[in-house]
Amino acid sequence: MALRDLTAAEQVAALAAGETTSLELVDAHLAAVEADDVEAFLAIDADGARDRARAIDALPERPPLAGVPIAIKDALSTRDIVTTSGSRMLEGFRPVYTATCVQRLEDAGAVVVGKTNMDEFAMGSSTENSAYKDTLNPWDLQRVPGGSSGGSAASVAQRQVPWSLGSDTGGSIRQPAALCGIVGMKPTYGAISRYGLIAFASSLDQVGPFARTVEDAALLLRHMVGRDPMDSTSLDWPGEITLPTATDLAGLRVGVVEELMGEGIEPGVRAAVDASLKAIEDLGATVVPVSLPSALSGLATYYVLAPAECSSNLARFDGIRYGHPVPADNLLDQYEMTRGQLFGPEVKRRIMLGTFALASGYYDQYYGRAQRVRTLIVREFEAAFQDVDLLASPTSPTVAFPLGDRTADPYAMYLADVCTIPVSLAGLPAISIPCGLSDGLPVGLQLAGPAFSENRLLDAAHALEKALAFDTRPPGLTT
Amino acid sequence: MSEFEPVIGVEIHVQLSTNTKMFCGCELSFGDPPNTHTCPVCLAHPGVLPVVNEEAVRRALMIGLALGCEIAPRSIFHRKNYFYPDLPKAYQVSQFDIPICGRGEFVAIREDGSELRVGITRAHLEEDAAKLTHLGGRRAGAEESVVDFNRGGTPLVEIVTEPDLRSASDAVTFLRQLRQTLLFLGVSDCSMEEGSMRADANVSIRPVGTHEFGTKTELKNMNSFRFLERGMDAEIARQEEILRDGGRVSQETVHYEPETGHITSLRSKEESHDYRYFPEPDLVPVAPDPAWVDQLRDDLPELPLSLRRRMVDDMGLSAEDALVLTESPELVAYFMEAAALADPKACANWIRGELRAQLREAGTEPWESKVTPAHVAALVDLLAIGTVSVPAAKEVLAGMIETGDEPAAVVEAKGLAQMDESDLAGVIAAIVEANPDQAQQLRDGKDKVMGFFVGQAMKQTGGRADPQAVQKLVRELVLGS
Repeated sequence: MALRDLTAAEQVAALAAGETTSLELVDAHLAAVEADDVEAFLAIDADGARDRARAIDALPERPPLAGVPIAIKDALSTRDIVTTSGSRMLEGFRPVYTATCVQRLEDAGAVVVGKTNMDEFAMGSSTENSAYKDTLNPWDLQRVPGGSSGGSAASVAQRQVPWSLGSDTGGSIRQPAALCGIVGMKPTYGAISRYGLIAFASSLDQVGPFARTVEDAALLLRHMVGRDPMDSTSLDWPGEITLPTATDLAGLRVGVVEELMGEGIEPGVRAAVDASLKAIEDLGATVVPVSLPSALSGLATYYVLAPAECSSNLARFDGIRYGHPVPADNLLDQYEMTRGQLFGPEVKRRIMLGTFALASGYYDQYYGRAQRVRTLIVREFEAAFQDVDLLASPTSPTVAFPLGDRTADPYAMYLADVCTIPVSLAGLPAISIPCGLSDGLPVGLQLAGPAFSENRLLDAAHALEKALAFDTRPPGLTT
Repeated sequence: MSEFEPVIGVEIHVQLSTNTKMFCGCELSFGDPPNTHTCPVCLAHPGVLPVVNEEAVRRALMIGLALGCEIAPRSIFHRKNYFYPDLPKAYQVSQFDIPICGRGEFVAIREDGSELRVGITRAHLEEDAAKLTHLGGRRAGAEESVVDFNRGGTPLVEIVTEPDLRSASDAVTFLRQLRQTLLFLGVSDCSMEEGSMRADANVSIRPVGTHEFGTKTELKNMNSFRFLERGMDAEIARQEEILRDGGRVSQETVHYEPETGHITSLRSKEESHDYRYFPEPDLVPVAPDPAWVDQLRDDLPELPLSLRRRMVDDMGLSAEDALVLTESPELVAYFMEAAALADPKACANWIRGELRAQLREAGTEPWESKVTPAHVAALVDLLAIGTVSVPAAKEVLAGMIETGDEPAAVVEAKGLAQMDESDLAGVIAAIVEANPDQAQQLRDGKDKVMGFFVGQAMKQTGGRADPQAVQKLVRELVLGS
């Protein structure tokens, strides 16, 4: 078996058994990273990765993730490694500090090989809003990998790395995981420090793992969760993330969100989801319909709140302290020229939306109202979890769509996140696992749980993953 | 006679003298080289997050408690959004609808002893902006502007009053005593010159007897109380002139030029920013433990108002004495220590009068001098029992300032003890004999001439004569009574 076919957990085991070295692992993966057939990477740190691998190989005692390579979404700050968040605004920007979650993984021995492509400032669902390039879906190079963490998803599906980090604001981990046929998880809001995550919408942003197995996702999560003194919104993790072992779902009540199973869901997606609900029942769980009446208002709510926050979060980018100012005769012109030329159209659209939503006289009508709907959605989830343990729905209403298909229609693009957004608004954990194919393209199943139910979610997803036995290898991929 | 009444409210920004900044671990500094106290957080690098400085919260609570404010069980931070190079995030983290300290009241005492009650609207926590320096001209006309981020992120408490003030002089009385209170709390340096305390005044006028507010203007950021008072008076006069001429006051920010006494307009409020306030999602609410708040309330030092009342009611001081002596915590401590050992009123007179006057020449304060409060009390006692005369006591004090010796030792060393009456009688007899004309004037009822005899006696005794005794002896000798 090729080294690139090993899961991260298998790589950890092979290293522990002395069957391979970190340098060997990193070299094997770097070859694919440097070839980058799916245009997943924006920056590659080959020399740095090899240096770290050699250093880890020389350690008398191996840290838990010793020497396993990883890719990091370009939204996460990495010291001395160019970090652009997919934007011209930060072209060539080398941060002076490393994000807490990345630092924790490095402390556990993971080796960062590079930074992955993304929609500019994480705004988008196809990675086509990257200022640099399109990333291709490993299952069909004519199609999008999803987004905004498209590079991180594609790099794992393409087996350039066994796992990677993404960030999820309204679905930016789960949706690309679904479209690329891999596992992606958004933890409970606050579970992982956001320090070093270049903010899109602070009240929604959350870092999470991509992997080819649920076990790997759990392993990565285990080394990131917990309170960070640098992030006031981060939380103490109760207990620890355990590696999933469940083989059945006996006694579990799974609710199917009716509002997310109807109009707009592609038949092929619907069929694959129905089949996995059947598998869930076969594993011993009870499947019941559940209603979240406000779920479909989630999209509108999100597109008020997230742009409002982003209009403020992105205001710091003026080219003065870092980045590249576009020179002008006076301060105001410099702001306008710099921001006008270096932000892409989707970013500008959202900044304008958000600025409007916060404007005095409109605040109550937009931001205030959206906050109230958000509270309503939170309550509906709480009520649902009185009755069921987990909620199931499609992750994305469609499979991967062709490149360029939706770039002219922002609303069509926004619809890609209709199933993932309600969970984000409620701050809850959710995982997407591949559950079948539709016309040869992967379909994702989303499982969501109450706050801090990650262990339960991972266990259920693991049992289902084994039962479904989805082959994560894209057709034609040779390793 | 004015037919208008000024209505004034003030906003005070106080930089807290914490060790570190409001939302990051950078040290606070004044006067260090520019941009030497910065980090990714206060420079707003991509991905950073704020963390609230607990000491700043503690000090804000102390201020709120001292101002009698309601303490919010759960206050939140908001973002105030605007673009300017002194604001690296392009928003200031501040508080908006739920400040940490709500309504309160501050009582100041005017010089005539009357009370001046000022409603406190709120006191909230926020961060200071960086410092912009315009080179080669002012603002728009500047050739170049440079930013020093050392100041950026300094914890600030903004105190806002109700429009309860009715004169510039009351406003300044309030501000001076508020400043004293803050100094007593030890939360800030409160230096107007260094900008650690800044005051803006909202000024409007209205016809006397009416209750509706007129259009207000905001007088910005004066760096001394004196200029602020003059500025407010100038602005009140300007508004009166406008209204008398049948014009309308427009809502704007104004600036007072101390050099010319002129008011100039900075910008019209009508075209002012929309700050797009919204709750800061990167911070959790500030929910101080009620037990902690109670503890802070119990631990507050005695504040100037209470001290002043005690000085007047229990110690027999005048309102003016009390105002002067509560100028700083150090002066209060100094006075209280002396007043515990000798007559408080006499201690007050000597400390605020002669001691400070003599020390002023050396540019030092009583508590920094060699004169201890116990020595002041001892001097007051020497006067009381008649060991020294008042003029001699002043000389003794000069000696104490110079040497740090106790007053008795200085009296001894300088031979300043008052002559006893029998020695003095001889001196007086000689003076009366040598000055028959003046003696006759006294007999003729010209009491003023007594000053001449006292002066002569002082001259001849080197100040060791007790003026009272001199007068008594002269009378006995000349008038036989």
